[in-house]
Amino acid sequence: MVNRLSGSPLFKRLASSAAVSKSTRNAVLATVATGGLAAWYVNLYGNPIKAVTLAEHGLHPGEYPWSHKGWLDTFDHQSLRRGFQVYREVCAACHSLNLVAWRTLVGVTHTSDEVRAMAEEAEYDNEPNDEGEIEKRPGKLSDYIPAPYANEQAARAANSGALPPDLSLIVKARHGACDYIFSLLTGYPDDPPAGATVASGLNYNPYFPGGGIAMGRVLFDGLVEYEDGTPATTSQMAKDVTTFLNWAAEPEHDVRKKTGLKVLIITGSLWALSLWVKRFKWTPVKTRRIVYKPPKL
Amino acid sequence: MAISSVIYNTIFRRNSIFVGTVLAGAFAFEIAFDSTVDKYWDARNIGKQWKDIKYKYVEKDEE
Ligand code: HEC
Repeated sequence: MVNRLSGSPLFKRLASSAAVSKSTRNAVLATVATGGLAAWYVNLYGNPIKAVTLAEHGLHPGEYPWSHKGWLDTFDHQSLRRGFQVYREVCAACHSLNLVAWRTLVGVTHTSDEVRAMAEEAEYDNEPNDEGEIEKRPGKLSDYIPAPYANEQAARAANSGALPPDLSLIVKARHGACDYIFSLLTGYPDDPPAGATVASGLNYNPYFPGGGIAMGRVLFDGLVEYEDGTPATTSQMAKDVTTFLNWAAEPEHDVRKKTGLKVLIITGSLWALSLWVKRFKWTPVKTRRIVYKPPKL
Repeated sequence: MAISSVIYNTIFRRNSIFVGTVLAGAFAFEIAFDSTVDKYWDARNIGKQWKDIKYKYVEKDEE
């Protein structure tokens, strides 16, 4: 080992140069040894063998060009509006959206009059009256979007044991985020491929880990009628509802990106300025010459 | 008078004026910076934001 190393050009240069001390040489050797050990460790343990098949893992979704994907792209609010319509007319039959209040839709997808009218269609518990009974009242802007089932048990009972998850944060809660949700909604083949088996009561969907999902295909061409005239194809509805669910999970999205841009511009400028100031201040130090004039004896 | 001494005499000479200039400058800069970035932002995302599609739905309510 040592012999081989000492033959290398680097080592020769290090060893021959009088300026290189023993401690520098040790530092170089230690660095090489550390790097080598790290590489060996990664090679050995970096790729663990997994005891799940690819099917159990779920098919990896493709990457889609979401209109809000870039660093500087806002949501497409027309799409959010259509997506909310899809949620309300299709998904809301089974999935709650517990973290979204009606008021948050105002100025995002609908006007306040429109949201107020939608909220009033739902009934909520009122304050107890003088007899202590709880009556119903129409919804207000401050109410949260109503859930389809009273509790988890009711939800499971209605879906043969499977719980439709709350969709408020689902885009953040799944690997692949929007790409996964879109692929899942559009990924039901007419028949499962040869060799794939699904338990009874489950539907085949390659994107869902395991391949068998309790939710059947819910989106079909022409299922909803968009008020803006967009043809309601399966993929259009899936795209719109996914975009809407992304908004539900990240309502701060548009403001966050705009603020991020401003922060980057300001901190970028300050950084450049600080570099300039540093050079400015150090110029006299770096360019000075110290001359020693020996005293005349 | 050279420009640098004009600046010195009007802004830097008195600390009260200097601090006032800093505050007023920050105020003015923020307004200018925000409106510039907002303008770029709205141009880049034109047609996508609520303010771009709002007119379709607000007018309907007034009928
Ligand atoms: C008939 C009821 C029903 C409808 C309608 C429905 N779902 Fe589901 N959904 C379910 C059930 C049940 C599950 C749980 C599946 C499981 O765990 O196997 C589920 C699961 C999901 C999941 C989670 C998948 C995962 O990775 O865990 C998502 C996302 C989802 N649904 C989205 C939607 C969207 C979007 C719509 C509207 C377009 C919708 N669902 C409509 C019943 C429904």
